[in-house]
Formats: sequence, C-alpha cells, structure tokens
Amino acid sequence: MLDFLKAPVAEWQDFWHLAGSAFKNVFRSPHYWDDVAIQMDVIGIGSLPIVILTGFFSGFVITMQMSRALNTYGAIGQVGPIVMITLVRELGPVLTALLVAGRNASGIASEIGSMKVSEQIDAMRALGTDPVQKLVTPRLIATCFMLPQLTVVADFVGMIGGWSIAYFSLRLTSPQYWTPAYQILETNDVVQGLLKPFIFAIVISLVGCFYGIKTSGGTQGVGRATTKAVVVSSVWIFVLTALVTRIFVNL
Amino acid sequence: MTVPESSLASPNGSDAPVLEFRSVTLSFDRPVLEGVSFVMYAGETRIVLGAAGSGKSVMLKAAMGLLPVDSGQVLLFGQDITKMSEHELFPLRSRVGVLFQEGGLFDSLTVGDNVAYPLENRQTGERLEPEAIEGKVVEALRFVELDQTLEKFPSELSGGMRRRVGIARAVVTEPPLVLYDSPTAGLDPITANTIMALIAKERDSQNTANVIVTHRYQDGRLMADFRYNPEKGRLEHLSKEQPEATRTVFMVMKDGHIVFEGSMADLESSTDPYVDKFVHR
Ligand SMILES: Nc1ncnc2c1ncn2[C@@H]1O[C@H](COP(=O)(O)OP(=O)(O)OP(=O)(O)O)[C@@H](O)[C@H]1O
Ligand SMILES: [Mg+2]
Repeated sequence: MLDFLKAPVAEWQDFWHLAGSAFKNVFRSPHYWDDVAIQMDVIGIGSLPIVILTGFFSGFVITMQMSRALNTYGAIGQVGPIVMITLVRELGPVLTALLVAGRNASGIASEIGSMKVSEQIDAMRALGTDPVQKLVTPRLIATCFMLPQLTVVADFVGMIGGWSIAYFSLRLTSPQYWTPAYQILETNDVVQGLLKPFIFAIVISLVGCFYGIKTSGGTQGVGRATTKAVVVSSVWIFVLTALVTRIFVNL
Repeated sequence: MTVPESSLASPNGSDAPVLEFRSVTLSFDRPVLEGVSFVMYAGETRIVLGAAGSGKSVMLKAAMGLLPVDSGQVLLFGQDITKMSEHELFPLRSRVGVLFQEGGLFDSLTVGDNVAYPLENRQTGERLEPEAIEGKVVEALRFVELDQTLEKFPSELSGGMRRRVGIARAVVTEPPLVLYDSPTAGLDPITANTIMALIAKERDSQNTANVIVTHRYQDGRLMADFRYNPEKGRLEHLSKEQPEATRTVFMVMKDGHIVFEGSMADLESSTDPYVDKFVHR
C-alpha cells in the first residue's frame, strides 16, 4: 500500500549514509588536499565574478524598492540599516547559495555522474580508493570553506550597490548611509548570516555528490542527475533558510 | 591469509580456487543473477559468453565486491567477500586486475598517471618509490606498445589505444587474477586480435588466471588454442593433442543463469540452440 513511499525513503536513507561517510572522512586519513584545493578554486574563485555581479545588483534593487516605501514615512535615512539587515540575514546567503547551487551543484553532479557512467567510480573502488574520500569529502570541505566567504563578499558588494543608489539618487551622504547600517548589526545577524551559508554549503555539495554518485543510464542519466541536483538543493536552501530564520527570530 | 595451495584440489592439478560463486543471487529492479555457481582455479582462463543484458558485467563486479549480492557467497582467493566492508575488501581487490567495459580510465589524469594509480593507491604491500613506480608504468605501457603516450590524456587516444591503456593499468600490479570485460567490443578485427594476443601474452608470461567476457567466439578460441612462447616472442598454435594445455573453460550466460560451462570441445558439440548461437564453427 505504501509502496510509493519506498523509493523516496530509500533515497533519503542513502543520502544520510553518504553524508555520514563524507563527514567521517573529514577526520580520517587519507586526505586528498590537492583535490580540496582544486575544488576551492573551482567553487570559490570560479563563482566570484557572478557573485559580485549579482550581489551588487541585489543591493542596488532593494535600495530602490525600499526608498519608495521609506519616503512615504519620511524615513529615507533608514535605508542603510534596512538594506544591511536584508542582505546579511537573508538575501546575501540565499542568493549566493542559489548561484553556487546552479553553478556547482550541477557541476559536481555532472562531473561525478560522468565518472559513474564511464565506470571511473568502480575503477577507483577496484584500485583501492574510497570514492567518498576522494570525491565527496574534498567537495564538502571546499564548499563549506568558500561559500561563507562568497556570502561576505556578496553582502559587502550589495551594500556598495545600495550605497550607489543612496548617494547618487537619494542624495544621502556616505556617512548617512554607512554609519546607521553598521550600528544596526548585532551578533545575532552576523551569526545567522554566516551559519546559513555554512549549512547551504553542506546541502549543495552533498546533494550534488549524491545525485552524481547515483547516476545511472548513460549520458541521459547525467543530464537527469544534474537537473535533480540543482532543483533539490535549491528547494532545500529555501526550506532551511526559513527554518534557521524561524529559530533566530525567537532568540 | 590465502588458502594453502594444496587444500583444495582442482580437476587437473593442485591449484587453489581463485574465484568461486556459490548460488549467487543479485537483483536491481528485477533479478540479474540467479543461482550462479562456479569455481575457478589458478591458471585457468574462463571465457564468458552471453547475450547483452545476461549479467556478465554484473557478475564481474560482484566478483570484486563492487556490487553487493542478495544471497549466496562469493569467494575471492578463498575468502568470503560477501560480508566484508569496503575497507576489508581493498587488500583483496589489489590482487585482482580489472578492465572495465566502459574503460574506467580517469579522464582527468594522464595515461602515465592512470597506469600508476593502482601502484600509488593500493592499500597493501610495500609503498613503492616514485622511481620504481615510474619504471613499472613504463614497462606496463611498453607491454601494450604504448610507451610513447605517457603524457597524453585518455581523451586524446583512439578506442583501441584506450583499451590497451586499460589493460596496462589492470596488469601493472602483476595480479594473480585479471578480469577483462569485453576487451574487444567495438574494435576492428585487427585491433581486436592485437588485444587478445596481448591478453594471451600476459597470461602466459605471468601465469595469471583470467576471466574474459566477450561477444566474439574467436577470442575464446584464441585463448584456448594459442599459447605465448616467451623464447620465440610470439603466439604458438597448440596441437590438437593438447587442447587443454591452456585450461580454458567456456561459460555461457542467459538471463542471469549459467546455461553452459565446459571446454571448447563440449561447447562446439552442444545442441542447445542458445549456446549454439555463440559458436562459429
Ligand atoms: N546499476 C544498475 N542498475 C540497474 N540495473 C542494472 C545495473 N547494472 C546492470 N543492470 C541490469 O542488469 C542486467 C545485466 O547487465 P550487465 O551489464 O551485466 O549485462 P551484460 O551481460 O554485461 O551485457 P553486455 O553484453 O551488453 O555488456 C541488465 O538488464 C541491466 O539492465
Ligand atoms: Mg557488460
């Protein structure tokens, strides 16, 4: 009767099994630091341009939108804090994670998926390497290390985007924009703003690896795995940001 | 921790079994192997024939513990691997060479690094010095006549060359058992024969046991009828009086079952219509 639940439950179990081994391997030799470095470059440096671009325009756009509402209350001076809070708490982490999910969850899934269908994963296991240790753990470490930093960059560039509107269009001085913006920030915001990308990084890397390793059915299968990795990790980013926000709002 | 060589007698000698399946069952969405049993002894060549999807590749993967079996036992060098963890399996796997159907060459590594991979990553035995590894890699690539391609990437090679690199990688550790999954599939007859000659040469110079999955009956016949003569440096046709000299066993699979197991003579005289389709007299 509950047969239709079997597949998702099995998938869920498999995922946690993979996550478990990936985390265990973080503390277990051998470590493939070369692979970690390569992945940091791919994920971190590779995503930098698009993160900067998107970050800038998100700050730019929120400031424009907010300024209209704030103007009606005569509170245009509050634009800095509002943009800061929105970026640090929510938009910075979520937008950056979505971009990295689109870029790297797909990249990871298709790379590992191609290795799977060309039997490179089997070859690894046959030749004495644990594919989780060699492929999954380096991607997990690299993403967890890079995504919070990318988020900080996005937040900062977003603030600059906001500043450009505040300065040129709203005619605020720089201190009028920056000073209240910095004063509003509390530990709570910063912790939340860094915890979220850390959690998202785990989701993005593990979901990408999971669908990659589960790939079957030739090149078509690689395509399916890639799509699934992006969709599933994006959905989880939204679910988890809601969850974390809910927890932090009550603190 | 291997079984002493004399404890299990083979039909025609005193060699220990290198690989044994005991009513192995394995399924994905549907059963793929059903009650597969056979024993393979050291020095034996086993030719596996069978239609596409009959479970040949799955059987090879089960033999190395790359796929878990649902029931039954797989014994590799006398040890039951069905309950072993991945880490316990690594030392045993390092004594098996394997050529995968899809090649399985790492496309991010050069040919040289691919062939060095099993030497650098095997989790047993002595760690080799880089120079020693280099020497073995060059030797293995020279064996397959590809020592000029050390720095190339697999994607820069032709299909037949990639297959040869795969063979070099499979045998570089000099394993006592080598599994070849469709070594000649998709190749022209000349290249296919070159590859089979290499496999025979490897078998007879290192005395390895081989499992060869193939769709070409003549591959099996070559393994059964020819022997590499190291003095003359070429393959020699064996006379009719000593047809078992290479100890070649044929096995035909159909829908996850072994429907035939026996010598070439038995195979050629089989009246089973399915088995008959694989024999070109
Ligand atoms: N990872 C897998 N997931 C699901 N089914 C699989 C998987 N691997 C193999 N199968 C199924 O198992 C059956 C046997 O496959 P196998 O690859 O062993 O065939 P084969 O005898 O090697 O065929 P070929 O001669 O074409 O290589 C096929 O029906 C295949 O669909
Ligand atoms: Mg096959």
